[in-house]
Amino acid sequence: MRKSQALNLGTGTFMLLGFAALFFLTTQTTSHGLTLASKPHYQVIAKFDNIGDLKVGAPVSMAGVEVGRVANISLDNREYKAVVVMDIDSRYNQIPSDSDASIYTQGLLGGKFIGLTAGGSDTYLKNKDHIDFTQSALVLENLIGQFLANFGKSSSSDASKSDASGAAGAKTTEK
Amino acid sequence: MTLLHDVRESFLGSLTRLGAVTRFLLRLLRQLPGGLKRWELIVAQIFNSGALSLVIIMLCGLFVGMVLGLQGYQLLERFGSEDALGTAAAIGLVKELGPVLTALLFAGRAGTALASELGLMRATDQISAMEMMAVDPLQRVVLPRFLGGVIAMPLLAAIFSIVGIYGAQLIGVQVMGVDSGSFWSQMRSSVDLKDVNEGIVKSFVFGVTCSLIAVYEGYHARPTAEGVGSATTRTVVTSAVATLFLDYLLTAAFL
Repeated sequence: MRKSQALNLGTGTFMLLGFAALFFLTTQTTSHGLTLASKPHYQVIAKFDNIGDLKVGAPVSMAGVEVGRVANISLDNREYKAVVVMDIDSRYNQIPSDSDASIYTQGLLGGKFIGLTAGGSDTYLKNKDHIDFTQSALVLENLIGQFLANFGKSSSSDASKSDASGAAGAKTTEK
Repeated sequence: MTLLHDVRESFLGSLTRLGAVTRFLLRLLRQLPGGLKRWELIVAQIFNSGALSLVIIMLCGLFVGMVLGLQGYQLLERFGSEDALGTAAAIGLVKELGPVLTALLFAGRAGTALASELGLMRATDQISAMEMMAVDPLQRVVLPRFLGGVIAMPLLAAIFSIVGIYGAQLIGVQVMGVDSGSFWSQMRSSVDLKDVNEGIVKSFVFGVTCSLIAVYEGYHARPTAEGVGSATTRTVVTSAVATLFLDYLLTAAFL
């Protein structure tokens, strides 16, 4: 009897540990235990020219503090813009209606997130409101393209300048 | 010519064995309704296969996690993204290393115990005695051991993964100096519930496979000392090969 008691205790401890581990895996290592879906939230919509690789579930932050998450991404068929729906935590219900939304990158290779910068309006964003001022994601390829174009221009103008100064220098040395 | 013959024989042999194992599984499943009523027996087997494997699982999980912490840090540091260490360790453990290494350790720790126990029962005519007393040895002896393994494996794999993640955290955060906050938050934002599910499904499948192979080999062992020994060996070898093969199939299926 005593032996089977100890056996039950051992088995019970093992089962408890096992299920605790499963619970920990499903809630603590994933973001599912911490979604804002269960918390009260309101939705705000913003249209971007280009969202880069922004994903559903990406954080929405204000002054570096996470205030919500991206709930849905779709394409506006008439304007050809990306429509991003954000779930904002109801605790943060005093975001000015003229705030602007920009897409930033976490770290060098990290994922994209949306940063909100407060405007100066006295009215606040409500459920289903639109954010009018948006700034697209910096797409690295475009950026490099621009940089190369600028670099090409500036280096050619540098060359002409240095020619001129070289010529001027030559003149001064002649003098 | 003889080589071709041998290859053909061994291929047919393994095919026959696969068929025999599958039929054995079906016979076991037919005993399921009656076997579930004897839950005391199943609890005893969960203790034998699960609780007794706990220490070795946790110890190995800790070391695997610590190695992941070291290796992952060395690798990620080259790309300047040490912060992703938590993600790398967690995904590696939850999807792959947890289920597979637990299955391999389980085959070595619990599978051999099951096979040699059943083999000795066969060798000492205990199984025949049960049949004489009109007790179905499949229901009384084999099914509880099989079910005990099937229940224990996913739990062991989950414990392995958790201990491993803490091992990686121990090395990555405490020794190598990765930021603790980014270790956990990057892990939370990148590990999906799908990844965890994949690990659970894998460990369940491995649990069925390894337990089935162990009880099959033990139950069908030749009733000699040598027969029990070779049944034990075959259990480990077959379990390991089957686990790694199924792991590939399951990974491909989940992609």
